[in-house]
Parts: sequence; C-alpha cells; structure tokens
Amino acid sequence: MNAALTVFLKEVRENLRDRRTVINTLVTGPLMAPLIFVLLINTLVTRELSKAEAPLALPVAGAHYAPNLIAALKQDNVDIKPAPADPEAAVRNQDADVVLRIGSDFAKAWDKGEPAQVEMIYDASQQDARGSTERLRKLLDAYDQRTGALRLLARGLSPSILKPLAVADRDQSTPQSRSGMMFAMLPYFFILGGFIGGMALAIDTTAGERERQSLEPLLANPVPRWKILAGKLGATTAFAITTVLLSILAFAIVGQFLPTEKIGMTLTLGPRFVAATLFVMLPLAALLGSLQTLVAAFAKSYREAQTYLSLLMLVPIVPTLLLSVIPVKTQLWMYAVPLLGQQVTITRLMRGDPVPDSALVLCFVCTAVAALLASLVTARIYHSERLAISA
Amino acid sequence: MIEVKNLHKAFGKGAKRVVAVDGASFVARDGEITGLLGPNGAGKTTTLRCLYTLMQPDSGQVLVDGIDAAADPVVVRRRLGVLPDARGLYKRLTARENIDYFARLHGIETQTMHARREALAEALEMRDILDRRTEGFSQGQRVKTAIARALVHDPKNVILDEPTNGLDVMSTRAMRTFLKSMKAEGRCVLFSSHIMQEVAALCDRIVVIARGRVVADESPDALRAQTGEANLEDAFVKLIGTDEGLAA
Repeated sequence: MNAALTVFLKEVRENLRDRRTVINTLVTGPLMAPLIFVLLINTLVTRELSKAEAPLALPVAGAHYAPNLIAALKQDNVDIKPAPADPEAAVRNQDADVVLRIGSDFAKAWDKGEPAQVEMIYDASQQDARGSTERLRKLLDAYDQRTGALRLLARGLSPSILKPLAVADRDQSTPQSRSGMMFAMLPYFFILGGFIGGMALAIDTTAGERERQSLEPLLANPVPRWKILAGKLGATTAFAITTVLLSILAFAIVGQFLPTEKIGMTLTLGPRFVAATLFVMLPLAALLGSLQTLVAAFAKSYREAQTYLSLLMLVPIVPTLLLSVIPVKTQLWMYAVPLLGQQVTITRLMRGDPVPDSALVLCFVCTAVAALLASLVTARIYHSERLAISA
Repeated sequence: MIEVKNLHKAFGKGAKRVVAVDGASFVARDGEITGLLGPNGAGKTTTLRCLYTLMQPDSGQVLVDGIDAAADPVVVRRRLGVLPDARGLYKRLTARENIDYFARLHGIETQTMHARREALAEALEMRDILDRRTEGFSQGQRVKTAIARALVHDPKNVILDEPTNGLDVMSTRAMRTFLKSMKAEGRCVLFSSHIMQEVAALCDRIVVIARGRVVADESPDALRAQTGEANLEDAFVKLIGTDEGLAA
C-alpha cells in the first residue's frame, strides 16, 4: 500500500476516535453558519415587524403648547407620554429612543406664521433608536408640509410653487440583491467552518505529534518525508471538506425555513448554489489545510500552535469586511484571488446574480495553484532537521 | 554492520555554536552487541540520529551494510530498526494498530506483518496488551510496543537509544535477554547507555564517547587492561577524565 495512503488512513482513524475533533468537524463547524443566521434573521424580522406596526411611544415635553400638532401625531398612531424630567439624560441612558420638546413660545410663533421650533432629542449612534427617530421625523415633515400647503392655499397660491423639483425613487434592487447585502458575512462562515474542521488535525499531525514524541520514530521509517506530509495534509483537508460540505447542506436546508420574505428578501439556495459553492470551496479547504499545517509546523508546542492558528483564523475575514464596507463592482480578476474569489462567488450565487462557469473554473484553478504552492512550502519546512527533534 | 567514519556535527552559529560530535569513528559488527557509552551530553543521541538519517552530519560518513546513508537514506532506514530517544506512541490506537502502522510504512505484506507481529509479541511477552489502546500504558508496556514497531520489518541492524531508560528491574532484565536473543540471531545491535553495569553485562564491544569524541573502542576486558583498572567504572572515569554526569 502506498505510504501516503497509509498515513492518511491512520490519521483519519486516530482522529475519528477523538470525540472533541469529531464534534468540531461534524457539529460545531457545520452548524455555526446556519445557527448564527437563524438568530440574526429572527431578531431582525421580529424587530422590523413590531416596530412598523406598533404605536410609537413618544415622550413629549410641553405637549400643551401645541395641541394641534399633538392631535395630528395621535392620529398617526403615536402614543404620547409625559416627558422625563431630564430628556437629554433619558436619551443618553437609552430610557427613551427619542424625546420631543415643544417650547413655550411655540404658539406665539405659530400664530404669527413664523417657523415654530420643536426639538427632537435623540442619539444618532444608537442603531436601535434609529427606527423611532426616522418615523417621528417623517411624521413631523408630513405635518409641516400639510400645514404649509394649507397656508399657501389660504393666500391663493398653489402649493406646487414650493416644489420646483419632483424626485421619484426607482430602486433597482431585487429581493435577492437586498438579502445578498445582508448575507455578505455568509462566505466567511463557510470558510470558518472549513478552518475549524481542519484545525484539530493540522495541530495534531504536526506540533501534537512532535510534542507526544512520536514524530522522530515516524520519520525513522523508510518513507520520504513528502509522502508522510501528503498523507497528513490529505487527512486535514478531508476533515475540512467534510465540515464545509455539511455546513453548505445545513445552510441550504435551514435557509428554506428562514422567514426572509417577511422583510422582502429571497435566498437562492438551489442545487446549483450547493454544487458551485462546494466546487469553489474544495481547493480553498486544501489551501487552508496547508497553511494550518505550515503554521503548526513552526510552533514549538500544541498550545503555541493553537495560538498561531487562532490568529490565522482572522485572515479570511479581511475580504469579507472589505467587500461589505466598500461594495465594489465584481470584476473577473476577483475570482482569481483565493478567499476573495470564494467570497464573490458565494455572495453572487445567493443574490441570484449570474456567475459564469468560466469564473467558477478560474476561481477553482487559481485557489488550487495557491494550495499546491502552500503544500510545497510546507514540504520544504518538513525537510528541515529541527522539525523532527522533540523538546 | 554499521560503520561511522570521522563524524562531525555542530549546532548553532558564532558564539552559540555547540559541537555535539567531533570526529567520531567506530564500527558495530553483525552478531555483536556494541555499547555506546558516555556521560549525559557526550553526543550519543546526536551520533545515533545521524545514523538513522534524522540528521545530516556536517562531515564524515555513515555506512550501513556498506550503503552510504547520505546517498540513499531511504534504503538505509529500511535496513535499520530504530528505538529513538523519543518513543511516543499513538494513544488513541491499540498496541497492535501502532505496530501495524509502522509495518505498512515499511511496505510489508499483510501476511508477513501478522507473522512478524505475533512473533514479536511472543518474544516481548506483550500478547495481553496487543488490543488495548496505548493510553495509560505503563513505561514498560510502552517500551515493548515501541520496540515491536521498530523491529516489525525484521531489520538486520538495530539501534536503541537508552533502551532501559525508565524501566524497572524486571523490565530491564527482560530487555537484556531480548538484546541477547537478537545478537544470537546474528543481528548488529548498537545501543547507547550511560549505565556502566548494563554495558558491562551485555556488550561485546564498548565505544566510550566523551565531548563528541571516541576515547576508547575495545572489548570490556581490553578496556580494563588498557586503563589498568580492575573495575569498569573506574576505567570509564579514567577514560573520560571526569566523574561529571555519572551520577545519573
């Protein structure tokens, strides 16, 4: 039997007997992406729905100075509350999303036909309060325009002279593309899944084997070192790919049950999504496996290897963050860059945007070449003398 | 047969440079037990590591059955059975699986593998532990497993780095018997030790190594005659010129 295959089978068998590794590969890694998304979507959906339909609770200071405004707000489903003693502090402490303050000279300015001031007290850095603030601003604007139009009509003028420009919104986003923006993080979770799946083996087969003092006897066997490494890399990659495969399948299944249409989004998670995602993730799993083995081979101990690999885990998040912060137009060269290519492919597939087969092949080939190079570098490290020496 | 010719090996550079082996030469013959004796840090392990091609010597030559280790390391490793200083087992595998893994890496046919494994289990008296996972093995059980997997390919030459390290009296005696039986089978047995009595009781030839150099290469009797000391331990101290490192 081929020596590389012998090593591969032994590593797989040994690691299948380690409960922690098996749980990471078969459960934690694959379920992370779907679970996080179920949580995220559900929170988002419930929040959006409840905010849109529920009456807006609004503390108002000086409500009695502007009875007409208050009456109009009440008609627009606003629940007027007495204002807290210190509105600014209440907003800062997140006791209230937004507080409306009406000054005592409101009525005087209003009667004279001068702009009457109301104050909206809010904290723009509070994501959660943004919905309430926006809603109140829209209601106030509407009341403002309504009253303005009535005043013009009373003077015999057409309200349209105040509207020289008519802006009409023509949003070209589709439900798929809106969900794609939201799911820009998903590729990272697939990549992370593969990372977690391969991590235990990458450490166990290098730094772990050295720490347990079994590497020296292993290397005394009449097998070239690159064959031993090939078997180990194969086993690491096999675990990583298993995790990725399960992860994609789990997401494809769970995705069907996510209530995304309630917030106007649809996900395209058909067989093509599964097949194409797996296709571009295969070489990436091999690349990550090589890099993990390479990094772990440098480490002096199991613990050190774990620390290095945890840091390495942050690298795949870079293209994800870049693309979600700077949404650039997809260009062909992006498919050729490992990590970025997978990011672009998976995001586009989910949005239902076309991904040509040639781009998939380009992504696969370039990542495979990178994986091969990483393996060659790892093989070089493996030939160094100090690698084998324990302690 | 193992021949070592003018072996040099140093680690580090500049001021940190440490010379581990400094021109060692000796021969270990078939059908003999050769003991590599020296205090801690004398260069025994480094010498052995050069023999089984884990390390490359800076200069000098290693020949195993006449084959140059630098020219054909894989063939040389095939002819060697090695029990290194590091003898970790795979804890989640049974003793049998540990042995079979190495047999397969040697490319041994399944039938031969079974026969060899059973014969070794018999000789090492480890039949009862074959199907247990090696996690929780005693030191003696671990060494037995490590020896069985090192010898499963029936090598002509056997290298053991401090084989009795950490063994109790009974296990040490069993180990000596085993080494003698390998000698009787005509193998070339080379082992390192820093324990005087062990070397004296077993060896046909003693190679004394100190500070990376061979300071004596004789039969035990010749060694006593050469130094004029009746007691081997005194002879040893006289040869290495210090009693440092003997306390172990």
